[in-house]
Parts: sequence; C-alpha cells; structure tokens
Amino acid sequence: MSANGKLLDVQHVTVEFHIGGLVGGTLLTAVNDISFSLESDKPEILTLAGESGSGKTTLSRLLLRDLEPTKGKVLFEGRDVSTIRKRSEFIEFMKKVQPVFQNPFDTFSPLRRVEAYLFDTVKNFGMASNRRDAAQVVDDALHDVGLSLDEVRQRYPHELSGGQIQRVAVARALISKPKLILADEPVSMVDASLRMEIVNLFRELRDKQKVSVIYITHDLATAYYISDRIGIMLRGYVVELGPVEDVLERPAHPYTQLLKESVPEPAPKKRESWAKHIDLGTTEVKEYGRIGCKFAGRCPKVMDICHKADPPDVRVGQQTVKCYLYSGPVEKDAAEVST
Amino acid sequence: MTLLSVQNLRAYYQTQAYGISRTVRAVDGISFDLLPNEVYGVAGESSCGKTTLIKVISGNAKPPLKVLEGSVNYTFGERTVDMLRISQSELRRNVRWKQISYVMQGSMSVLNPVRKVIKTFQDIVDTHEHIKNKNEFLERTRTHINRLGLPAEVLNAYPHQLSGGMRQRVAIALATVFQPALIIADEPTTALDVVVQRGVLQMIRDIQAMSSNTVLLVTHDMAVHANVADRVMIMYAGRIAEEAPTESIFNAPLHPYTQHLINSLPVIGEKSTKASLKGSPPNLADPPSGCRFHPRCPFVMDECRTVVPDLVSVKERHRVACHLVKEDSL
Amino acid sequence: MLKVLRDLLRYDGRFRLAIILLGGVVVMILLSYDSPYDPGKSFVVPWDLPPSREHLFGTTSRGQDLFWWLTFAVRNSLFLGVVTAIISRVISVLVGLTAGYRGGWIDRVLMMVSDTFVVLPLLPILILLSFLLRESMNLLNLAIILGLFGWSFDARLIRSQVLSLRERSFTRTAVYSGTGGFWITIHEHLPFVLPIVFATTLNNILWSIGMEVTLSVLGLSDLTTPTLGTALFWANQHGALVAGVWWWITAPAMVTVVLFLGLYLLFTSINEYIDPRTRLRLIGG
Ligand SMILES: Nc1ncnc2c1ncn2[C@@H]1O[C@H](COP(=O)(O)OP(=O)(O)OP(=O)(O)O)[C@@H](O)[C@H]1O
Ligand SMILES: Nc1ncnc2c1ncn2[C@@H]1O[C@H](COP(=O)(O)OP(=O)(O)OP(=O)(O)O)[C@@H](O)[C@H]1O
Ligand SMILES: [Mg+2]
Ligand SMILES: [Mg+2]
Repeated sequence: MSANGKLLDVQHVTVEFHIGGLVGGTLLTAVNDISFSLESDKPEILTLAGESGSGKTTLSRLLLRDLEPTKGKVLFEGRDVSTIRKRSEFIEFMKKVQPVFQNPFDTFSPLRRVEAYLFDTVKNFGMASNRRDAAQVVDDALHDVGLSLDEVRQRYPHELSGGQIQRVAVARALISKPKLILADEPVSMVDASLRMEIVNLFRELRDKQKVSVIYITHDLATAYYISDRIGIMLRGYVVELGPVEDVLERPAHPYTQLLKESVPEPAPKKRESWAKHIDLGTTEVKEYGRIGCKFAGRCPKVMDICHKADPPDVRVGQQTVKCYLYSGPVEKDAAEVST
Repeated sequence: MTLLSVQNLRAYYQTQAYGISRTVRAVDGISFDLLPNEVYGVAGESSCGKTTLIKVISGNAKPPLKVLEGSVNYTFGERTVDMLRISQSELRRNVRWKQISYVMQGSMSVLNPVRKVIKTFQDIVDTHEHIKNKNEFLERTRTHINRLGLPAEVLNAYPHQLSGGMRQRVAIALATVFQPALIIADEPTTALDVVVQRGVLQMIRDIQAMSSNTVLLVTHDMAVHANVADRVMIMYAGRIAEEAPTESIFNAPLHPYTQHLINSLPVIGEKSTKASLKGSPPNLADPPSGCRFHPRCPFVMDECRTVVPDLVSVKERHRVACHLVKEDSL
Repeated sequence: MLKVLRDLLRYDGRFRLAIILLGGVVVMILLSYDSPYDPGKSFVVPWDLPPSREHLFGTTSRGQDLFWWLTFAVRNSLFLGVVTAIISRVISVLVGLTAGYRGGWIDRVLMMVSDTFVVLPLLPILILLSFLLRESMNLLNLAIILGLFGWSFDARLIRSQVLSLRERSFTRTAVYSGTGGFWITIHEHLPFVLPIVFATTLNNILWSIGMEVTLSVLGLSDLTTPTLGTALFWANQHGALVAGVWWWITAPAMVTVVLFLGLYLLFTSINEYIDPRTRLRLIGG
C-alpha cells in the first residue's frame, strides 16, 4: 500500500511532442506541469474536461502508462509507474488500472465474439484456475453492469446495442477488480439515451464497488451529473480544478465560463444567451505556442500581464484557478469577478 | 405553401449474401412537410433511420436502399420536383447545390486532403457544368466566406491545417454558396466539442437568417434542437413518434419516448438521478409488433402490442403516434 | 468448413466453374500416378501423331504421349507454385504482422530487409543461381528460392494494414486484457489480413509457375523434369509450330489456361467470402 494514502499522485507531469519535420519543427507541450491526486480510501469520479486538443487523451495515456512523461512523475499507490519494466509488473499494474474507450463499436474486434475478451482477461490476470470458475468470474462482472453471461454468450459486437457493448467493456475492465478506471470520452459517440445508461453505471461503480473513475469528456452536463471533482483543461494546462458544484456553478476562470456558457441547455426559453456570437480563436498549434496564458487571445478580461508569463495557481474558495484575475494582493471572490 | 411534402414514405435496405436475405425497415411510413424559412430538427436514437430518411429525400438512395412506396415532392417557387422520379442528370444540373445542399455525416471529408480549400471549391465548379463563369464563382465564394465570418486565409489553407471545427464550417460554407432553398445537415457537430459546436450551429443559423431558406437539422442531441430548431420530429425505429414546435416538445411532450428523452437530459445545477431507458434498441430487421416502442414503454397496454398507433394531430402543428393520446376534435 | 463449401457451391457461380476446371486438373494429377508411360523416356510411342482417341492430345516429336506427359507437367508446376506460395506467404505474414505490431527498430530492420528483396533484380540472380546450382536445381530448390524472393512486397502490404489495426481501440482493449503481443497478432489482426494473404497467394502461385516457364524457355531449369515450362522448351527445340505439330504448343497452353483460370476463380470467390466486410454483412453487421 502507498505510504501517503494516495491511490494516484500526479506530480508536475509534462509531455512534449515534436511536431513538424526532423530538423526544425516545434515542440508542442500537450500536457504542461499538471499535478493532482486521488485518495485511496475515498473513491471518487474526477472529470477532466476541455475542448478538443486540450491534452485530455494525452494525459490519460500517460496515466495508463501508454506514454512516458517528459518531466514529472506519476505515482500509483506510491510507486513511480515509469519504473515498471518487467511484463509481470505491468500485468500487476494493469490489474489495478483499467481503461474504457471512446467508441463502443470499436472496442471489440468485429470479427470476434465479445466474451472472448472477457475470458482472455480472466486468464491473463489469473483470476480463475479453471474454465468453470472463469465463467463464474465473467458472469459476476457482467452482473455488476446489469448484464449476464447468457445475454452476451456467442454474440458478436454488432449483435449488441452500443450501450450493451459499453457495459461489456466496463465489465471487462472490472474483472481484475481494479482500483481506478480511466474512461476517455466513453459517451461522446453514443446518443442521449445510451449516454445516461453509461454514466449511471460509473456512478454505481463508485458507490458500490468503490472504484475511482477518471472521466474524460467535453460534455459538462454529464460531468456535473456524475463527478465529485472536475479539472478544466486548456492547451495542456489544468486551468481550474475543484469540486464540480463550485467549478460549474460558479466558474472562476474565464475559459471555464466560456465552456459553461457554450453547453446548450435543453430549454428553448434560454436560447438567447447561447446564440450570442463567440470567437473561436486561432488554430490549435498557434494557441499552444502562445507565451503567457493560452487563453489570452480569446479572453474577454485579458490584461497586459496575461501575455507575458504563465499565470500562477491561485486558490479561490474551493477551486484552484490558473488566472491573473485572482492573483492580486487581496483574493477576490469568484462571483464578484465574473459579474 | 410547403417546400417539401413527404407522404407515407417507406424505404428498406434489402441485402442478400450467400442465401441469407435481410430487410432493414429503416424508414417505415413517414409523412411530414417542410415549410419555407424554418429550422426543422430530426431527433432519435442511433440507427433509428435518420440518415436513411435524408438519403431518400435528397435523392441519394442507392441500392441496397430501396424506396417501396410513398412520395417526395418539392416546390421551388414555380417549379415542382418529384424526387423519386427525377433523372440523375436533371438532379445534378438543376437541383443539387442550387436548390438542395446536403452536409453529410462526417462531411469534413468532402475536402480533398491534398488540395487547398480553394482548389476543392474549383474542382466542384468543374464537375457542375451549370456554372459558366469561374471567376464570378470564385468572387462569389470569397464574399460568401467573408459574410460567414470565416477568415479569408482558409481558402488558401490545406484541410489538415484547419481545426475540426473550422473544417466543418468550411464544408458548410461550401454547401451553401448558391443559397439553396433547403440545407440538410446530418449530425454536423457530433464529433466537435461544445465551444466549436456552438460556433458551427451559430453559423448555420446565420446562413438561415441571411437567405431565409429551410434547414433540416439531424442530430440526436436534444439540447441542440432546443437551441436551434423551430420544429422537431422525434423518430423511433423508422417511424415518427411525435412532431411539434420546439416549445411544445420540451414543455409538453406527449409521447412516452419523448417524455423520457426530455426528462433524462442532464442539466448543470441538478444532480438527482436520471433513469435510463430500459431494454435495448429495436432491431429494424425484426421490429416489434404494434407500437415499436412498446417493449420499453412504461405505460404499455394490450393494444400497444398489436395495433400500430396512427400519427394523429392533437393540437395545431402537434402530431403524435401513441394509443394514450386521442385525436383532438378541433 | 462444410457449410462454407455448401454456401459457396450454392450461391457462387464462379466457385462452381472453378471447381469444374480445377476438378479436371486434379483428375489429371491423379492420373499421373497411374501413367502407362514413364515421362523420362522418349520414343515410347510413334511420334508426331495428331490428337486421336488413342492419344488424346497427340504425341510429340520425341515420341511421347502428350496427355500423359502433361499429367506430370501439371503436377510438377502446381507443386512448384504451391510450395513457393506457402514459403513466401508464411514469411510475409510473419514479417508483416511482426513489423506492423512491434514497430520501432524491429520494424525498421524488417522493412530494410524486405526493401532489399524488392529492389534485387530477380531474373539475373535466378539465372546466376541456375548456372551455379545446375546439378541440384530441382523443383524443390527452385520453389525455395522463389519463395525466398516472393514475400517482400506482400509483407509491406500486410504491415501497412496492421499499422492501422494497431491504432484501433480493440487492439488496446486486448493489451489491457493482459494479452501478449503474439496472441494479439493472431486473434485481433490476422483475421483482417487473411484476405490479403489469400489474394496474394494466387498471384504468387501464378508468378512462380510463370518464372519457371521463363527459366525453362531459356533452357536454364532442370529440363528432364516435365513441367508446363519444359513442355514449351521442348516444343520450341523441335520447331513444333514450323513442323506443323501445333498440338505440342496448344495442349500445354490450354492446360495452363484451365489451371490459371480455375485458380483465379477459386481465389476470388473464396476471398470475397472471407473478406471481413462480406462476413460482417453476412452476420448482419
Ligand atoms: N503522438 C503525438 N504526436 C504529436 N502531437 C500529438 C500526439 N498526440 C497528441 N498530439 C497533440 O497534442 C495535443 C493534445 O491532444 P489530445 O489528443 O491529448 O487532446 P484531447 O484533449 O484528447 O482532444 P480531443 O477532445 O479531440 O480528444 C493536440 O494538439 C494533438 O495534436
Ligand atoms: N448500407 C446499408 N445496408 C444495410 N443496412 C443499413 C445500411 N445503412 C444503414 N443500414 C441500417 O439501417 C438502419 C438505419 O440507419 P441510419 O443510418 O438511417 O440510422 P441513423 O438514425 O442515421 O443513425 P445514427 O444516429 O447512428 O447516424 C440501421 O439499422 C442500419 O444498420
Ligand atoms: Mg481525446
Ligand atoms: Mg446517421
């Protein structure tokens, strides 16, 4: 067990990609000095939200050990995951950290029966000693997501609905009794009715199975619905992090405010404010290359200093905000600034 | 005065391979009208037949998709067009692009990845012989792009240099240079994040306001309809479940499926548990008898299992197909 | 397996025709084991007889019964083609799957080797080898050599397909199911590259038979072994066409056409059947 009671401890991680040719080209910092942690004894759902290209997937690949950080460390249960070298250690790691992917229809090979993946997982992680026990383990995992082995036996992915496949995907992830599930946009490809089916499932996992979930999305409405904390990402930075109620009800960072305003509300009466024109900003690479706050080019409250250096992390109520608006000598209240 | 009148349309996918034949009843008896100068939304879960419906009304039905019955009639000012009978050359010369533009699902791919955006525009000019003066067309393209608030540089960029949202807006701009009477957009924002989605939809609204044409907007995202559409059709398993002005759909939905859709939408500021729909989506190759929603309906009655409910008018411009709702005698 | 055969027979005209054509070839091959004449001996029958009841395809200027001689030729040529195809398919599948899935330096090394084989001028090398190996250049050795030269292009094809499969989510699902590289390759990727393997098998068989014909016509192969190539060599040697012994050319040409056409039809129809897209349509995807 970890020394400090932390399940996951992300310490100042940075990921840089070379883009462009072999010579020349530029560095793109897709993940920039990000730190946060999850407690061992308090399962929670942490959402990472932000627009396309803000580094969410890169961060999740880092946590899955699919990618090495350029700087910084990811500690899982106190151990630096980049020291995992041997296959047996990697298997142990994967037993505790499992992914769920974006597109349910691509999660399993269309040419294989879905149960094959479930049995493979049982076998590879040594969760059962014989075929009968294995079937029991698989059946149990499927029950946790409201399905049963009989319902999926002999079925190919296309014979199941999107929601069912995504539930099977979660069941597969649950087989090894993981502590953490990383779900990268698990609902962005499915329609509204399936969406609730899947997010409700994550809620249940947290409450009944005590599994922590890192939920990556740009859908703030479902994020609000299921998560405990939320981190808002912008061009590699986490610009605001805090309890979801605080962050989404009283967003402090101007970017969070823009994001929240852009969520279309399912109420025709409120369309006026949503229809207000917005500036979509320059291209992604340009914003990544910007000195100072990456949002300065689009920010309605931009100041001179924003163009000069990275803003500091400031505590505003329950939130941590990366913005000069709050770094004055006296800490202002979020609500005060946003009005 | 209607722009498009669709009557009792039935279009099935009929496939055959090694002795196994399948019929997917993707559009099964659909009737509706489009009026000039409105945004008409079509909603419904994945694979309920939205794209299929659009393919038929835009004249893009190809085997294995077959139209079995029904009619699709347009009125463009003085001219009428019967979409199920029109010849391909006539369609290409006088209708597509000029009168009807179709922004396809995943339409960003219309841009040729190895050619500058402006070249793609030109290529399309070349395949449409009805454009006589290329320079005039290019000039027109520039003004159009300008009017839509897109930076002029996009014309000289390669598609990969543009972000997904910009590409989608360019694709829409491309589709609307001729100010067609009808713009069909199939899930124009599904792959985009909320900020970009807002920008793209705002552009669609602007185009509509600018030239008073009709927009047929297909998406399963109800919140988008709430903000963009004037009227909404809710499809379920190849049929219309309900059709009404947006306000009524959201404030007084009558079909249990619509009610579920509206009630299950998460909203920021509200954490109470929202139930998801029980059961699995219907298989259109073997749809349920009677009302297709009956296996998942919380109010199911005996009648629902055997009798197909008619689509009846209950109020002005509000139609619904459910045995619980009786026709209004007004 | 039986069901596949039944489906193909019932619903695919190409497959039926292929079965008829190749059936004829198989009968010939089987008959070779019961041949009344030794193909190695000449002047066992009267020479230059045109096709008749007694000598189905006529006889050659060397006093051989052409039909019975060709039963051996077909058998040997097909053997050569199949062995070449097996060797080169095994190499290309192994190399393609490994390079595609492993990536990194393994990929670079394998692709460098494969590129070398692509650019090496095969015919001059074969001619050289034929000179050097003269004595031991039997069919099996030729098949091995051709097999070693025939995999590189297809390995590249397979690799590029695997590169895109590797990015698909199901590959990552398999990785996080704890599945090792070998089984991922077998279970997740192989089914998708099988159509390539099949399509290229046909090309490879035809290519290898063709190479042998080329070598024989140049007189560089083991001319005592009856093959479709040596048939043409001897016919040419004896000026068959000039002498009016047209059947000596026509018969092997006809047999070749039947063999090639049969293989072509067989492979295209099986290929369509095992193509994932068709299979998906079949199972209703
Ligand atoms: N392997 C890579 N090489 C170079 N650049 C990369 C690589 N992977 C990601 N990037 C870049 O890093 C940035 C962040 O990408 P990432 O995929 O993490 O964003 P995201 O927040 O997941 O976006 P989305 O919502 O579109 O999935 C992007 O600009 C992307 O182009
Ligand atoms: N080419 C095809 N051949 C056979 N069946 C098809 C074909 N295209 C679509 N279908 C089937 O027709 C039905 C309706 O598909 P359609 O694409 O119209 O759905 P949709 O409502 O647009 O869904 P989505 O929201 O996922 O785009 C589905 O069951 C689908 O599987
Ligand atoms: Mg991503
Ligand atoms: Mg569609």
